[in-house]
Amino acid sequence: MSTMAQALNDGWVVAQRNLIKIIRVPEILVFVLVSPIMFVLLFAYVFGGAIETPGVNYREWLIAGIFGQTIVFGATFTGAGLAEDMQKGIIDRFRSLPMSNSAVLVGRTASDVVYNVLSLIIMALTGLIVGWRINEGALKALAGFALLLVFGYAISWVMAWVGLMVPSVEVINNASFIVIMPLTFISNAFVPTESFNKVLKPFVEWNPVSAVTQASRDLFGNTGVGPGSDAWSMQNPVAYTLIWVVLIIAVFAPLSVRQYRLTTSK
Amino acid sequence: MSEPMIRATGLVKRYKEVEALAGLDLAVPEGKVLALLGPNGAGKTTAVRCLTTLLKPDAGTATVAGIDVLADPAAAKSKIGLSGQYAAVDEHLTAYENLVMIGRLYHLGRARARARAQELLERFDLTEFASRPTKTYSGGQRRRLDLAGALVAAPPVIVLDEPTTGLDPRSRQLMWDVIRELVGEGATLLLTTQYLEEADVLADDIVVIDHGREIAHGTADELKAQTGGQRIEVVLTSTVDAETASRILNEVAVGEVKVNGGGRELAAAVGEDAAGDLLRVLQGFERDAVKVLDVGLRRPTLDDVFLSLTGHDSTDESAEAQQ
Repeated sequence: MSTMAQALNDGWVVAQRNLIKIIRVPEILVFVLVSPIMFVLLFAYVFGGAIETPGVNYREWLIAGIFGQTIVFGATFTGAGLAEDMQKGIIDRFRSLPMSNSAVLVGRTASDVVYNVLSLIIMALTGLIVGWRINEGALKALAGFALLLVFGYAISWVMAWVGLMVPSVEVINNASFIVIMPLTFISNAFVPTESFNKVLKPFVEWNPVSAVTQASRDLFGNTGVGPGSDAWSMQNPVAYTLIWVVLIIAVFAPLSVRQYRLTTSK
Repeated sequence: MSEPMIRATGLVKRYKEVEALAGLDLAVPEGKVLALLGPNGAGKTTAVRCLTTLLKPDAGTATVAGIDVLADPAAAKSKIGLSGQYAAVDEHLTAYENLVMIGRLYHLGRARARARAQELLERFDLTEFASRPTKTYSGGQRRRLDLAGALVAAPPVIVLDEPTTGLDPRSRQLMWDVIRELVGEGATLLLTTQYLEEADVLADDIVVIDHGREIAHGTADELKAQTGGQRIEVVLTSTVDAETASRILNEVAVGEVKVNGGGRELAAAVGEDAAGDLLRVLQGFERDAVKVLDVGLRRPTLDDVFLSLTGHDSTDESAEAQQ
């Protein structure tokens, strides 16, 4: 087997192992699914009346933002899962096998895509109930979901790296909160770009979370007639998102594999 | 003589100020069992990790089945089955799933991995629980599964890091049976242990280590000879009888009588006829009215080996050094 084929095979074996856990510990899945529902309902009904989105119902406009936010938060699972693995005995077995160095990471990030697919389905259904609609056809909508998943996959690699650096699972949840909260709230996920002040607005426009939100919002046809933003990132959100995806994976995948090797050979 | 299956030369590993390995040499000929005997923190696990490519030594070389573990760790890993001190199994997977996963990561292919898993489950008496997640297993069952995991690829070299630490006597006995069987099949085995008895039962050759270096090397019998075989231990009711008791013990003792506990605890190494010596001591005590709380015959333990080899107890050394 070539090195690449072997790395993929090994990653797939580890991913299967992670997926079995979803079935054996269904409580995890419940949390994965409940929190996005909660976010949909909270924002739709608590802030819904206070935020103006011209030409489109706020609840319809909001859902793409919830998708984006949940996808980013979901990456925390990657970090937490790895941090847990590193403390468990099984990692000693993995270390002693002639398997690819990247397998544990490739497997983890891949199996977490399944989590994201599940939570996107649940959120989409909840969204449909509260008034979200797909207005641009099934193909574009699928492209929107695919872009969200690809972006989530990239963020998973960031969290994988963080998960390997932290001493325990508890730390990762707090650490990711500090980064993810500002990233998702200072974006157009919940509030239109134009309502941010001059200082925050450039950050919002170039924030990758805004880009993935804007891209899927456009693809679902929920953008409305608001003035929007002239920034290149907001005019070309799909391209801008994909640039981030490539950059993040190019930087964090090798960093994580390196960290894995360092951590496993203390 | 052909090249040993496991060879380590001058292994050194430092953790900040602690020298976990201070120039350790090991050699295990094909089909033999070497026990690495030492207390917590002696460097046993560090040595195992260096030999199994999990840890890079600061100096020294190691070969397994003729493969340099530093130059070609991947090739070396495929020759070694490692079962560590903490059962390395996934707790959410069943025994069968664990073994199939390991087989596939050894690149056996799906069908062979499944067949091998089934085979090992039967061999290790695990079929009964094979479809339950391993977190429901007892410590002994987990260890057996872990050992089964180490054997998935039928490696020529097996490394066991404290295979019975923390197990109840029955599980320990089961584990010993399994290990003996492996040896019978011709595997080359390196095992670490804190128990002289275990090394005695399983190993052809014993290396005693302390502070990351060899302090003794030989067969179990040779080591026991150095420690004076069995010992008679006496706890007196009062120190008044100390002198009399010491005199009586002296008549049978090999070497000098050790006195502890403020004069109330005495110990004497005895020769071949340990039971006869014990009887003579008890008769002497009876005759001279020495009052005792406890008298007994004790086999030499790691502690005794340590006492006689290093002059210090194995337990009073910092155990933290190991990690």
